[in-house]
Amino acid sequence: MSVETPLNRGPIAERFGEAIDDLGFAHGVHAFAVPPEMIVELCQFLKEHPALRFNFLSDICGVDHYPEAPRYEAVYHLYSLPNKWRVRIKCRLGDPPRVPSVTGVWRTANWHEREAWDMYGIRFEGHPDLRRIYMWEGFEGFPQRKDFPLRGYKDKLNPFGAEGPPPTLPDLATRNIP
Amino acid sequence: MTEVTELSRPEGEALNTKEVLLNLGPQHPSTHGVLRLVLELDGEYVTRVDPHIGYLHRGTEKLAESFTYTQIFPLTDRLDYLCPPSNNLAFALAVEKLLGIKAPIRAQYIRVLMAELARISGHVLITGALPMDLGAMTALLYAMREREMIMDLMEMITGARMHTSFCRVGGVREDLPDGCLAKIREFCDIFPNRIRDYERLLEKNRVFLKRTQGIGVISAEDGIDLGLSGPNLRASGVDWDIRRDDPYEIYDRLDFNVIIRDEGDCYARWQCRVEEMRESVRIIEQCLDQMPGGAFQIDMPTIAFPVDKDKVHCSMEALIQHFDLSAYGFKVPKGEVYSAIEAPKGELGFYIISDGSEKPFRMKVRAPSFVNLQGLFGTSNAHYLADVIAVLGSLDPVMAEVDK
Repeated sequence: MSVETPLNRGPIAERFGEAIDDLGFAHGVHAFAVPPEMIVELCQFLKEHPALRFNFLSDICGVDHYPEAPRYEAVYHLYSLPNKWRVRIKCRLGDPPRVPSVTGVWRTANWHEREAWDMYGIRFEGHPDLRRIYMWEGFEGFPQRKDFPLRGYKDKLNPFGAEGPPPTLPDLATRNIP
Repeated sequence: MTEVTELSRPEGEALNTKEVLLNLGPQHPSTHGVLRLVLELDGEYVTRVDPHIGYLHRGTEKLAESFTYTQIFPLTDRLDYLCPPSNNLAFALAVEKLLGIKAPIRAQYIRVLMAELARISGHVLITGALPMDLGAMTALLYAMREREMIMDLMEMITGARMHTSFCRVGGVREDLPDGCLAKIREFCDIFPNRIRDYERLLEKNRVFLKRTQGIGVISAEDGIDLGLSGPNLRASGVDWDIRRDDPYEIYDRLDFNVIIRDEGDCYARWQCRVEEMRESVRIIEQCLDQMPGGAFQIDMPTIAFPVDKDKVHCSMEALIQHFDLSAYGFKVPKGEVYSAIEAPKGELGFYIISDGSEKPFRMKVRAPSFVNLQGLFGTSNAHYLADVIAVLGSLDPVMAEVDK
C-alpha cells in the first residue's frame, strides 16, 4: 500500500530495534512480528508509552498455518483510543504452541486466550484460568486446527463424523494448568 | 396485630452459614438465550460469577474456511440475529478492503440505512427487555410493536424478516423497492414519539429506577481494561464511536451525536441505547434526504452479477464470467485485513487472512457481545443476586454472537 502509516514508530524502533519485525502498513493497520517471549514486554510498552497509548485490546486470535513449519500463530489487535491507531502483533509459535499470557496487561485477554486455547490448543502460560470456553470439558482435539475434519470425528454422538482418532492429541490436563 | 419477635436462639451461638453454588440458566428467561452462570452465593450476596458459554456454538469461523466469500453472508446473519445488516456490512467491508474496491455511493447509503434500522431494532428490544427482566412488563410489549414495523420494512426491502443477507461484496443484492423510502420516512415520523412513550413508561417507574440506578457501575478504566465497546463503554464516559472516529461508508457525510453518560450504571447503559435510537432516526432521515441515484452494485462482472442480464444472454465472455462466478465464486488477493465497524453491540471486527483463493484461509470474528459479557467481572457493586439480572440485561449480550 502506498498510504503512509499514521503511527509514530519512533519509540518502538528505539526501544526494540531489530528484535521486532516491521511488517508495514496495510488497510488501516500497522503490523509487527515479534518472538513469543517478548510479547508481554511489547504489549506493556505499547500500552504505557505516553506517545502511543494502545490501551484497548480488540482481539486475540489463533491461526493454524498447517503444513508450514512454525505452524501456529497468535495474532493480537490493539487499538489506541486517544490516537485512533490500530496495530497488529503477530507471533509465530512452534508445536506445541506456547506463548506468555497478556492477561496481566489487559483483563479482557482472559476470554480471548481461552478461546484460542479451546480452538487451537495454544497454551497461554501464566493465564489464571485456562479452560475450554466453547467446547465441553473432556472434548478431545482442537476443532479449528486445519487437520481437524469439518464434521468432527465419528463417535456415539456424531455418526456422520470422519473415521480415525484425532491426529493431534491434546493435553488432557485442561483443568490444572498453573 | 401480633408483635414480630426474633426467633429465639441460644445465647452466643452464631448462625450456621455456608456458601451456596447456584446455577442460573442455561434455560432462564433473563439470560436472553442459552447462557449459564454459576454463581457463588454468600446469603443473598454474589461472591463470584463464572459464565459458561458455548451452548450455541456453531463453528462459524471453521465453517467459513470451507465457504466462498458470498456464501459466508448468511453465516454472518446468524451472529447477532437482531441486526443482520450490520454484520453483513462488517464482513462486506473487510472483503472489499482486501479486493481494493468500494461499493457505489447509492449502495453505501442503502447499507447505512439498513444498518441504522437494524440498530434501532436491536436497541428497541433491549429497551423493553431490560425492564421486563426487572418486573416492568409493559415496555416490552410496546417495544415489540415498533420492532414489528422494522421487521415489515426489512421484509419489504429484502424479502426476509430476520436473516436478510442483503449485502454483497461490492454493493447490495437488489435496489430498494418502489415506495420503500416513503414507508421508511413514515416510520421516522412515528418513531421518536414512541421513544418518548418508553421513557414516560420507565423514567418515573420507581422499581425500575431503584433496580438500575447506581447498580452495576463499571468505571471507564475497568471498561477499557475489560474490552467493552459500544453503548456499554460510552455509558461509562468513554467518548468513542467508530462511526465518527474511523468513518466507514458515508458516515463522514452524516451529522449525528455520540451519546455519552458518565454514571456507568445499568440505567446509564439503558439511557445510552434509548438516546442512540433518536440519533439513528436522524441518520436514517439524512440518508433518505441524500439518497443518490445510480448503481446499487459495483460494475465488475468477476465479482458481482451484472445488473443487466441481457449482457449474459448476448455475450460469450459475460456468460463465462457469470458461470464462473456462480460456480466457483471470486478470488481475493493474498493478504490480511482487520476491519471493524460500530455494530449496535459495539466493535464488530472481521479479521480475514486470504491465501489468494475463493475461500478465506482464516476468518476471525471479533464479536462485541462475547467481549461485553466479560463486563460481568467489572462491576464494582453488583452484590445481590437480583442485581446480576440487571447487569446482565444492561450489558445486552446476544448469545448467538457470544457463541459464534
